[in-house]
Amino acid sequence: MMHELGIMKNVLEVALEYAEKNEVKKIRAINLTIGALSDIIPEYAQMFFELIAKDTIADNAKIIIEKIPARIRCRSCGTEIEMDLDHLLYSCSQCGSESIELVSGREFRVTSMEVE
Amino acid sequence: MDPVRIIEVKKSILFNNDKKAESVREYLQKNKTFMLNLMSSPGSGKTSLILRTIEHLRQEFRIGVLEADIDSAVDAERIQSIEIPAVQLRTGGMCHLDAGMTELGLKELDMAELDLVIVENVGNLVCTADFDIGAVRNVMILSVPEGDDKPLKYPLMFATSDVLLVNKIDYLQFADFNMDALKERVYRLNPDINIFEVSAKTDQGMEAWVDWLRGEIRQWSA
Repeated sequence: MMHELGIMKNVLEVALEYAEKNEVKKIRAINLTIGALSDIIPEYAQMFFELIAKDTIADNAKIIIEKIPARIRCRSCGTEIEMDLDHLLYSCSQCGSESIELVSGREFRVTSMEVE
Repeated sequence: MDPVRIIEVKKSILFNNDKKAESVREYLQKNKTFMLNLMSSPGSGKTSLILRTIEHLRQEFRIGVLEADIDSAVDAERIQSIEIPAVQLRTGGMCHLDAGMTELGLKELDMAELDLVIVENVGNLVCTADFDIGAVRNVMILSVPEGDDKPLKYPLMFATSDVLLVNKIDYLQFADFNMDALKERVYRLNPDINIFEVSAKTDQGMEAWVDWLRGEIRQWSA
């Protein structure tokens, strides 16, 4: 779970950099977009962020995480489906092909911030 | 009170880390030093595998080791005992190395004198996969006692590694481990991965792995 600490340090860096560029006085919320393949527990993310952001303008900012499902596309017939993360043993539900590519699920972005 | 507004950021969370990782790779290239990032669960035999790999390659290449550990220096001491320069990086509770920590570690080694740096990352299969540390190649170890179902639990790690070393194959006779099922699962996540079956203990299979590594090091420094 210390995973979230390292990630939130990076989030804080990006947030403060953009705050400075935009002459922000206070960061109220930070929106993150995270793919389902990168596991982040929102409660831990918030907790660690509070810890490291204490003496910055992001103190008390709310961390809002939008999860993007992992989707796969069949290279043979083009069918797109959501990946079953519990099993991963996937093949195309339409044509049975096992030639599959990942379309989404690895997102790892700071999308926007609510600021004063 | 100032009005509340929304500003767009749209930036990778790891942007700064990735930028730093690129500069680490440039630094390695300039010094013609190859860096390997070795990741696995605790107890999969990372340190033993490093020792065995060094044994195979130390006549041909000058080797250094970066040891990451949450809070001890035991592994670095094992490496130093065979007279290989080793630097201990204490991550202070953090579960992974990042590019900045790696850069600090490399500064402690005499890069002009090294052809190969092996980084022993912190033992876990989750966080380490997210952070590019600036290595030329990423290698993961899965040991037979851990089971053939691990790709289902840590898909990102298997998807982002260049090599999978299946270690402790001397245990296969005692374990309920299906090598074919493992390979099928791994290739589905990552069709380009190289898989080597090895035992750092008995040396079985090590030659093929070391051959691959030798080729990569030569290509990097050419």
